[in-house]
Order: sequence, then C-alpha cells, then structure tokens
Amino acid sequence: MAITGPLLATIAKFVSGASVRWIDCQPDTCQRVYFANHTSHLDALVLWSCLPKEIRVRTRAVAARDYWEKGPIRRHMARSFNVLLIDRKEIKVHRSPVQMMLQEIGERDSLIVFPEGSRNTQEELGEFKSGLYYMGKKRPDLELVPVYMENLNRVLPRGEVLPVPLLSCITIGPPIWLEVGEPKNDFLNRARDAVRRLRDL
Amino acid sequence: MAGVTLLAQSSRGPHQVHTQTYWLLGVVLGLLVVAYVAGRLLKRYPDHSLNPALIERFNHRIRVWWLMCAILVAAFLLGRVPTIILFGCLSFWALREFITMTPTRRGDHRALFWIFFVFTPAQYILVALGRGTYEALFGVPHRDFYGLYSVAIPVYALLFIPMRTAMAGDPRRFLERSAKIQSGLFICVYCLSFAAALLNLELTTSGGALWGDRHSHVQNAGLLFYFILIVQLGDMFQQVWSRLAGRRVIAPRINASRTWEGLLGGVTSTTLIGALLWWATPFQFWQAACMAMVVAVAGFGGGMVMSAIKRDRGVEDYGTLVQGHPGVLDRIDSLCFAAPLFYHLTRYFFSQVY
Repeated sequence: MAITGPLLATIAKFVSGASVRWIDCQPDTCQRVYFANHTSHLDALVLWSCLPKEIRVRTRAVAARDYWEKGPIRRHMARSFNVLLIDRKEIKVHRSPVQMMLQEIGERDSLIVFPEGSRNTQEELGEFKSGLYYMGKKRPDLELVPVYMENLNRVLPRGEVLPVPLLSCITIGPPIWLEVGEPKNDFLNRARDAVRRLRDL
Repeated sequence: MAGVTLLAQSSRGPHQVHTQTYWLLGVVLGLLVVAYVAGRLLKRYPDHSLNPALIERFNHRIRVWWLMCAILVAAFLLGRVPTIILFGCLSFWALREFITMTPTRRGDHRALFWIFFVFTPAQYILVALGRGTYEALFGVPHRDFYGLYSVAIPVYALLFIPMRTAMAGDPRRFLERSAKIQSGLFICVYCLSFAAALLNLELTTSGGALWGDRHSHVQNAGLLFYFILIVQLGDMFQQVWSRLAGRRVIAPRINASRTWEGLLGGVTSTTLIGALLWWATPFQFWQAACMAMVVAVAGFGGGMVMSAIKRDRGVEDYGTLVQGHPGVLDRIDSLCFAAPLFYHLTRYFFSQVY
C-alpha cells in the first residue's frame, strides 16, 4: 500500500494528463469536502492523485462498494488510495452513508464526493443528491469545495474498460458553506451552480 | 563557388564525416551558450528600447532549445533505436494534444484506442527494425521496411479508422469524425516518423560516393540534427522578420502574425544559414541551400495548417485545455510537415536506393 499509492497516483496523472487549476482556493490540509461532477470511473482516482501529497494522505474518496470490491485488482486499488467504500444497495437504518462518512473522517481527514450519485452521460450536470446538505448541516465547520473535472469522460467513458490518454483539466473553486436556515433545495442548487461555474472559467 | 564545390566534393572518409557531425553539434551548442548569456545579460541590465516581454519570450525559447538539444544529443549518443523511441514518444504526445483539441464522440473511443496503442507503436517499430532485421528476415541487404511503413498509416490505418467507428454504431457527423482522427494520426505520427526514418538511410553524396560509415548511425544522426536545426531556425527567422518588417498579413483570420515579408525574409535567411552549414551534410553548397529552402517553406505550411485548426477550435495553443502553455504540437508542427519532404529528397538524391 505504501508503494502502490504513489505509483497509482503517478500513473493516473499520466493517463489523464491532468492539469490542475486552483481558482480562489489554495491547497490546504484543513478538513474539506471536495464535491465534483461525475462522468467516469477515473474521477475519484484522478482527483485524489492531483492533490498535493500532504493533502492526499489525508483525503479519502467516497466510492461505491459494488464497483470497487469486484475482483482483486480493483479491491487492491481501492485499498491503495484509501477509498471510503459505501454500500449503495443496503442502507441500514441507524448507519446512513452521511453518518458513516463523518464518523470515518473524524477530526482529521477530508473527503471527495460525487453528489450526482452515479456517472452522468449528459452534457449538463445532473441533480445533486442531498448528502452534501446533511453533511453541511451536521458539520458546519467543513469547507465544501466545488471541483469541475473536464474531459475525463473522454479518457474513460461509461461502459469502456480501456482508457485513451487524452489531456484533462481539473478546476478547484472557492469553498461554500451551508447558510443558517438555508432550505435544502436552494443549497443544492447553489452547490451545483458552483461546480457549473467552474466549467466556464 | 568552384572552390566551395571542390571542398565539398573532396573525398570524406567515415572518420572525417563523424568529426564534421560533432563540429555541427559543437557550433550549435556554442551558439546556444552565446544566446543564453545574451538573454541573461539583457534580463539583468535591461535596455529600455527593448520590450521586457520580448526578452522573456527570447529566454523562454532558449530554454526550450536547450532542452531539445540535450534530449536529442542524449538520444544520439545512446544509439539509433533510442532516438527512434524518442520520436515515437514525441508523436504520442503530439497526438494526445491533437485529439484532446478535437471533439470526438463516445463512438470514437475504440478507434482512438487503436491509434494510440496499435498504429503509433507499430509505425515506429517498423522504422526501428531497420536494415539489419530486414536482411535477417528476407536475405536482402541495404533495405529497411520502407515499403510497409510508408503505407501502413495512409492506407491501412486510414481504412481501419472509419471501419472501427462505423462498428461503434454512431452515424452522427461520421465523415467529419473519421477525418479528424485520420488527420491527427497522419500529421502527428506518420509525418514525424519520417524524421526518425532518416536514420535508416545509407547516405551518399550526389555523386554516389558513400558518405560516412554505413554501419554507424552517427552521420545520419548528424543529418537529422541538421534538419531539426533548419526547421527551428526557419520558424524563428519567420517570426523575427514578421516582427521587424511585417506589413502584409497572409491570412489574418488564421494567424495574424504571419506576413509575406516574414515568409520571404525567413525563407531567405534559413536558406543562407542552411547553405553555410553544408559542410556537415552530404550536400554541396547549392544543394544544401535548396534543401534548407524546401524545409523552410514546408515548415511554414505546417505552421499555417496548425494555426487554422487552432483557430477553428478557438484555442491559442495545444499545450493544455485551458491554460495558454504552448504544447509539444506547437513546437513540432513545422517539423511534421517538413519531415517527409526532407526524407524523400534525401532518399532519392543522397542515398543508396535499392
């Protein structure tokens, strides 16, 4: 795990040819939730790989258990980049995904989440699921950082196994917070706009 | 002129040819050192009649040339195959930038996988097999796989790409999408591979006398270095002349900085410098002048075509998606267009063709 993590990051950076832009936001080890658009299986790995090393070791991507536990290679990869696996199928009553995530990160780690839920094949961003809102409500101190990932759907589109090494671009924008008394839908729309705005910058 | 011709024609043994190649390297490195020092001095003691942004650009260009020079010399010293691998990597990277800029659809994914991981390596493997493997396989000496690598992409890959795209089942803009992938592969891989293929020729002078040692790649590497140098100088001179004397822009909507004066001045200067370096090549003085002129004009063509593609896509540079860094393709566009011409002229007039 100690070796394959950095190796995996290097390979992911090479295959995706990613250039990273921080706009009105600086790399920091404070607790954050990076929320991004989701178009490819590579998203979590590439975003995690593109963070500076000190931040990367304290950041965990949230991903679906049914995908990352299929086969020994995926399971090993998921362990190498320290994925936080969530069961999409069986959600237990007293352990909601949001509770689990917050419990796992404690007072130290940051998270990478994809609020669209599953990979999007449309041009437009999909509707955001409400997890981000509950996270902001339970932990108002977390910085919610929008991320727009461009071209990764061309590197590895939905339904393909082999990647094509095109260049991609990751834009990380200024953090947002849940306002006091802000309704759920308003907040989710605001978060979605924050991601969408980064596309045009 | 008679004296010049005599000097060029005088018999040159392999060792002398190798010495000339090293001299060429030495001269270029020397000039780079001078340019580097000049750039540093200009930065430290600014002359107020000069634009500081211009000096910064100059220094940047010198840094890029150092890098190119270092990589090339390292590859040459390692041998023929490492140099060909280096060009393969360049092609791969340029193709990556080209396809990134070109809108493709889901249905193109498999075709793209083929061009990156099958056709590009195959082309360079065919070049790298060289004369030795051909002789071992077919018992015919002096030949390489020219017959195959000169048609592998323009015939077989160009037929394969639309077939694979059609199988993916998306008819929208089919011809346009195929053409984009085909041109990317053709320009970035096929054309550039002819620069690497220079290493496989048995060079002679135009009189037919063998030039250098046919079992060594050093004189070929020297000629390749000469070619790259001429292309780069052609680019630079055209920019400088455009800046100094440019009046009539050739095609303002394609590239506002390329002018007729720049083209004329650039080609003339490049021809002159190319001719003055004749001693490092198998060419005579006038032949070197012609070669340099052809290379400069072809390089200009490459720059124009790539500019047109960039304007159509609405981007400044191929480097990254959004930031304005010039990428590999911005540096080698003229090289891609000039390489096949330089290769074929050398092949038919300055090498043993069997």
